[in-house]
Amino acid sequence: MSEIFSLAFMQRAMIVGILLGAVSGFLGVFVVQRKISFLGSGLSHAAFGGVALGIFLGIEPMFLAIPFTLLIAFLMVFLKKKADISADTSIGILFSVAMAIGIIFLALNENYSADAYSYLFGSILNVSVFDLAIVAALSLIIAIVGKIYWGRWAYSTFDAELARTSKLPVETDEYILTLLISLLIVVSIKVVGMLLLGAYLVIPAATARIVSRTFFQMTLLSVLLGIVSSIGGLILSYFVDLPSGAVIILLQAILLIALLITKEIK
Amino acid sequence: MPDFAIKTSNLTVEIGNNIILDNINVEINKGDFVAIVGPNGSGKTTFLKALLNIIKPTAGEIKIFGKNLDEIEAGDIGYVPQIKTIDRSFPANAIELVLSGVRNRWLGVKSREDKKLALQMLTLVGAADYAKKQISELSGGQLQRVYLARCFASNPKLLVLDEPATGVDLVCEATINEIIEEYNKERGVTVLMVTHDWTAAYHHTNKVMLLNKQLIYFGNTGEAFTELNLMKTFSHLGHKHKVTFGLKSYE
Repeated sequence: MSEIFSLAFMQRAMIVGILLGAVSGFLGVFVVQRKISFLGSGLSHAAFGGVALGIFLGIEPMFLAIPFTLLIAFLMVFLKKKADISADTSIGILFSVAMAIGIIFLALNENYSADAYSYLFGSILNVSVFDLAIVAALSLIIAIVGKIYWGRWAYSTFDAELARTSKLPVETDEYILTLLISLLIVVSIKVVGMLLLGAYLVIPAATARIVSRTFFQMTLLSVLLGIVSSIGGLILSYFVDLPSGAVIILLQAILLIALLITKEIK
Repeated sequence: MPDFAIKTSNLTVEIGNNIILDNINVEINKGDFVAIVGPNGSGKTTFLKALLNIIKPTAGEIKIFGKNLDEIEAGDIGYVPQIKTIDRSFPANAIELVLSGVRNRWLGVKSREDKKLALQMLTLVGAADYAKKQISELSGGQLQRVYLARCFASNPKLLVLDEPATGVDLVCEATINEIIEEYNKERGVTVLMVTHDWTAAYHHTNKVMLLNKQLIYFGNTGEAFTELNLMKTFSHLGHKHKVTFGLKSYE
């Protein structure tokens, strides 16, 4: 068992898993409680358009995925507000368009697109020091901004109109939250993979919701579940020799089912 | 010069091509308890939301305590929304809901002073027993009391209530209306209450605003519910018989 922690790539994977598990758990509570679970899947597919463009142009995919995803995220919020289109519809339209762009760039790329597949399914064991630095920096930003904004986001998540009557800048706050979720999604793609990211953002928060009596409890538990499932999933995937992203998600789902059954029995 | 709590001048709200409120001019004095009565879709909730700065008027002006809406302090207006719009799936208890009105944010960790204040307010509305209950466990009437406690906690100058007694039983409705009336009389707080219950309006308020996109009547409650006023407010909906029945019940 101890051999796992002596491997450099495993150490990096553990640190990244813990950080992303924590921040995903933290932001996931807002995604779940605002009923925008589709956002995670939508934005991760949108990011894939940027990744494919980066691969096509021979530029580090992350550098293009970040602005590409942010643009799509802000278009989603903008469409919802200005065109009176529901959130799931605007996400559905934009992520399909972004995905189509990604597929076209991959098709135009004459070289073998092995890189693209690592973004589709994730490869946490291949996380570089550069990736680790980006994840650490983003986690720090989310921790600082989250500490300041948690109470405001929670208030407008409960009731945006009440928050407005308390003079909170609800729209600006929503843009900031969406910005952080978008950034988290882009940097998580390499770890969990585009296809599983939506669940990674949602399952710990949904699990926490089952047993929490306050939103604060839900947030703490969701962070804890995000960390535990990332560590547990990584260790398990090492021993069973299966893709770590998929194992993490399955472990999260098992925890969710276990808590549901426990609650039913009580 | 009269001391107005609310003054609207040519207030008009259009959403798309629909006129929701048409040229509303009203002057509400400080300390008035006003019932806003009208059929569904008559603009009652829109009027409240325009006052709360949630909906922007297409034209006209609103002054509250002589100030523009942007200049009003957060705690000056207490708001109780329609119960059907409340998200009961949110994990929260009554204490947290009350404190959100005072701190203007959601509190994760509550201090002893915060809890004491919340309990005082819940006691004021007879809701101390369910202080730690989740909002999903509260009945409609209990939740409305908690919302009232939330408003009272910020010591508001104006209370804006959107059908506070809808969906609760008659006894509970009477109690809620009595709590509001007592608060209005004891503290001199101006109250605006949207209601479909003419009886409650008749017994508890001193002014009535009859609304059907346009202002049909604004004045003393005693003279509000005339056949002519009610016909003007409701008749286009084919409710003539119900209106007549309502008048007889008052007589």
